[in-house]
Amino acid sequence: MPEGARPSVAGDVAALVGGLKTTLTEFFRPQVTLAYPEDKSPRSERYRGRHYLRRYDNGLERCIGCELCAAACPVGCILVIAAENSDEKRISPGERYAKTYEINMLRCIFCGYCEDACPVQAIVLGPEYELSDTSREKFIYTKEKLLEPLPPDVQARLDSKGSK
Amino acid sequence: MNQLYNDPIGHWVVVTVAIALLLFVVLTATAYTVWFERVALGHIQRRPGPNRVGPWGLLQLAADGVKLAFKESFVPAETDKLLFVIAPTIAVAAAFLSWAVIPIGLWYNVQYWIADVNVGVLLIFALSSLNVYAIVIGGYASNNKYSLLGGLRSAAQLISYELALGLSLVPTFMIVGSLRLRDIVDYTVHWGWYNGPIPLILLTPIGFVIYLMAAVAETNRAPFDLPEAEQELIGGFLTEYSGLKFVMYYLAEYINMITVSALAALLFFAGWYLWIVPPILAFLLKIVLFLFLYIWLRGTFPRLRYDMLMRLGWKVLLPLAIANVIVTGIILVATQG
Repeated sequence: MPEGARPSVAGDVAALVGGLKTTLTEFFRPQVTLAYPEDKSPRSERYRGRHYLRRYDNGLERCIGCELCAAACPVGCILVIAAENSDEKRISPGERYAKTYEINMLRCIFCGYCEDACPVQAIVLGPEYELSDTSREKFIYTKEKLLEPLPPDVQARLDSKGSK
Repeated sequence: MNQLYNDPIGHWVVVTVAIALLLFVVLTATAYTVWFERVALGHIQRRPGPNRVGPWGLLQLAADGVKLAFKESFVPAETDKLLFVIAPTIAVAAAFLSWAVIPIGLWYNVQYWIADVNVGVLLIFALSSLNVYAIVIGGYASNNKYSLLGGLRSAAQLISYELALGLSLVPTFMIVGSLRLRDIVDYTVHWGWYNGPIPLILLTPIGFVIYLMAAVAETNRAPFDLPEAEQELIGGFLTEYSGLKFVMYYLAEYINMITVSALAALLFFAGWYLWIVPPILAFLLKIVLFLFLYIWLRGTFPRLRYDMLMRLGWKVLLPLAIANVIVTGIILVATQG
């Protein structure tokens, strides 16, 4: 109804019919609901979800135990305890490696500062976001949980060494 | 069948079986009306509605029913326990009783009914008035301000709209000359070459419009759901009800919805007559269309303010209904002498 127009029965009925028409057109428009567990909305490439510790292609861990990620973390949810590499037991290419690497996922705010701080791109945030679990202890992500699996060729080489 | 029906004991057997069958049909229909409403409202809001339990969510009501049945039957402190329990029982009993006089057209000359009362519509009005007691007593017995407010609103609302509802149908009775629902459906006209039943809305269009609005108010459906009014009164008379007592109120609301839909089909759209469509399908189709209309209204219009509701009831619908009766009377006298 235009501004200042006198209310009339015809105008009121037209307004009601207009409302009914709106809802009826909505009725036949496609739904916007995603059937969540089956269909998932697409993540952006820059989405910050669960963390991963990466390896080099030769199977060595990237992390050199410098603790810059722990220092950068605004909530202090990262614990790194470094240990020395030796020629017999070499885990990362640097002098040291992370003996313990734990992230408390209940505290983590997924800001991505750890990823920015890392000089060797060892810690990264992936696209995974379904992280619910049943106990507080399970939210302490240990190094075993965070570390990427070995590249398949390195795994094969190690397997053949072990069988010899 | 006739012999069994006329036998004094056989008569009761037939009636009991008929009642049991009708109870089953009405309860099932109510369950699927709830499902239909949730899905239709969902589509209006561009979401799917319940679709997880069973195919297309058809078993949702079974899941809800089980959940509600196992809930604690809570009664608030310092309430009148007897009234608190009786109130929802009145609602559901009144709702079911209306179906005793509603004929269901199965085939051209086969109808299903429990009682073929010659004042059928009057009985339905009487029972729908009982609904006021259910809501007022429930609101009073809850010992809760919101419940009491809901109950009081309902008393005023239902009484005001009952007048318009009753008067909206008077022209129909004047034209047909009977209150028996079967007679109204079977009303035939002889217009030139056409000989047969007609939808009475052609003769009483204004009565139909008034009936439609008053019926929404009588069943406490949006946009006239002031006794419930979730946003202002939490749940009105329903606030303190949970578990099976809550189910009874809800059941009553949906049965009443089907009842007024069936009445609209019977009184204004020739019941089970629809061109060459089989009668039972035609009757069902008309009821479902009216149910959709109610859901559509709920999905579209916001709730009226209380003074608007009263103004519409007393200053618009009631005078219009009275004028409709008078004008119909004048036309009837003028044409038929």
